[in-house]
Amino acid sequence: MNELQTLYQDVILDHNKSPRNFRVMTDATNVVDGYNPLCGDHYKIYLKVEDDVVKEVAFQGSGCAISKASASLMSVIMKGKTKAEAEELFNKFHLLVTGELNPEANSEELGRLVAFAGVSEFPARVKCAILAWHTVHSALQGRTESISTE
Amino acid sequence: MTMAISPTISPEIERHRTFDVDRIRNDFPILDRSVNGHPLVYLDNAATSQKPTTVINALTDYYQEYNSNIHRGVHHLSQKATDAYEDSRSKIGQFINAEKSQEIIFVRGTTEAINLVAQSFGRKNFAMGDEVLITALEHHSNIVPWQMICEEKGAKLVVVPMTDEGDLDLDAYRRLLSQKTKIVAITHVSNALGTINPIKEMIAMAHSKGIPVLVDGAQAVPHMVVDVRDLECDFYAFSGHKMYGPTGIGVLYGRKRLLESMPPYQGGGDMIKSVSFEKTIYNDIPHKFEAGTPNISGGIALGVAVEYLCSLDRASIGEYESSLLDYATAQLSSIHGVAIIGKSKNKASVLSFVLESVHPHDIGTILDMEGIAIRTGHHCAQPIMARLGISATARASFAMYNTFQEVDALVRGMYKVIEVFKQ
Ligand SMILES: Cc1ncc(COP(=O)(O)O)c(C=O)c1O
Repeated sequence: MNELQTLYQDVILDHNKSPRNFRVMTDATNVVDGYNPLCGDHYKIYLKVEDDVVKEVAFQGSGCAISKASASLMSVIMKGKTKAEAEELFNKFHLLVTGELNPEANSEELGRLVAFAGVSEFPARVKCAILAWHTVHSALQGRTESISTE
Repeated sequence: MTMAISPTISPEIERHRTFDVDRIRNDFPILDRSVNGHPLVYLDNAATSQKPTTVINALTDYYQEYNSNIHRGVHHLSQKATDAYEDSRSKIGQFINAEKSQEIIFVRGTTEAINLVAQSFGRKNFAMGDEVLITALEHHSNIVPWQMICEEKGAKLVVVPMTDEGDLDLDAYRRLLSQKTKIVAITHVSNALGTINPIKEMIAMAHSKGIPVLVDGAQAVPHMVVDVRDLECDFYAFSGHKMYGPTGIGVLYGRKRLLESMPPYQGGGDMIKSVSFEKTIYNDIPHKFEAGTPNISGGIALGVAVEYLCSLDRASIGEYESSLLDYATAQLSSIHGVAIIGKSKNKASVLSFVLESVHPHDIGTILDMEGIAIRTGHHCAQPIMARLGISATARASFAMYNTFQEVDALVRGMYKVIEVFKQ
């Protein structure tokens, strides 16, 4: 059960069960779809960006616990970040779930995101964890086409 | 392995004591290994089956003893390899009761077999406004090759609908067969839901209107006796790796008359009689469709897989597998929150299911930690998922070497999943 606990941390189970900001945003400035064709995960991510600051993030869609919890936690953490900060966080998260960032050494910036450190031990699940982040990343780059992890 | 009697033992297990699953398991060396600290429980047979020792040995034998190219050497090794390869073709022909071994074309697998027919038969016979009739139960490999040629020719892909249970609507099928229909392409057994289609009846219906039929037999050949002459199908496609043979080799069966009327699929060596820059004369079937150096070891080893299957009592394997499926269906259905997807009365070896509020992908990861291999996702059948309004299922698929105890392990694994997600 130990390996499973590293993956399915309480934070992840909680955000999967009760995803935050799980709604349609009618006044979004950016809306982008993210797909993981391999598992059929699909999220629509809404951003409200004003003066280079991410004022709000919301999302809708369906997928596994890892992808949903990741989207949920991201929506909470991104709020209030400048575009540059958001990009920085995206890069950090990417390194975290691919096992290239020491979670302890970076725990302050990562905050609750450290819950996703265990994903790096499950290579098949990295795409799940990163899906929503990739989607936001490209929305912030001003892209509007759907994002696919394949 | 020991047949530990679990408290959940059912009369089904008792009844199948006579089927010697241990003897079969001994033929498959991989089944002894463990995964993540647990004995491997391999329930992903619809994706690919495991291989018996005889097949594994046939591959190494070829490379160690008589590796050489075929159909072109005068030397000893080439003759030996050619004989083994052609001998395998005959065995496969007999295995599916083809009239002639020339009707057996070696290809990479089911996917290539269907592409071959779409590109060769389709290119010659389809025109603007024609129709290709497929079904709602098809694997992507029996959809996309037809879409490609239809787009090129201005033909239309028409789809026979299915019921919520996963059975084809045969009345609709009858209505959709028309003068415009140039070919019918149907799966024998659905890889996503397990439905066994009534293909003999469907072939007869198409033939009554003079329409040829291709059958995707990828999921049927490993589990039931297939007789292409009894079915009267025009083409039958299957993959070696799903029937205990190697990857990268498969078969297209086609009626001689049809194959002879079709243009080549690929050009190159082996498929010609003579070549000049002005004119090339194509070889006879099957070679006309086998350009270039093929998967020689794979072709030979597939013949060995066929021999292996024929050495077993296939009727009792079929019975055993279906009682395994019945048992698994009953056990999984008894878990609170589990729904079986695909409820046809005629199913083979595939059990798709979902668990309330847990995504199949998470089920797959947790079962893997218990050494249990299943498939999760859309199973290359996105239209089926869309039709049923789901994005993915978990799928356990069985082979003759699986046991009732492994089904019990799957059930225990599902309780682990529920526990992880319980709060
Ligand atoms: C019903 C069906 N058709 C076709 C295929 C494609 O077979 P292959 O990948 O061996 O070409 C599969 C394999 O997944 C299948 O299950």
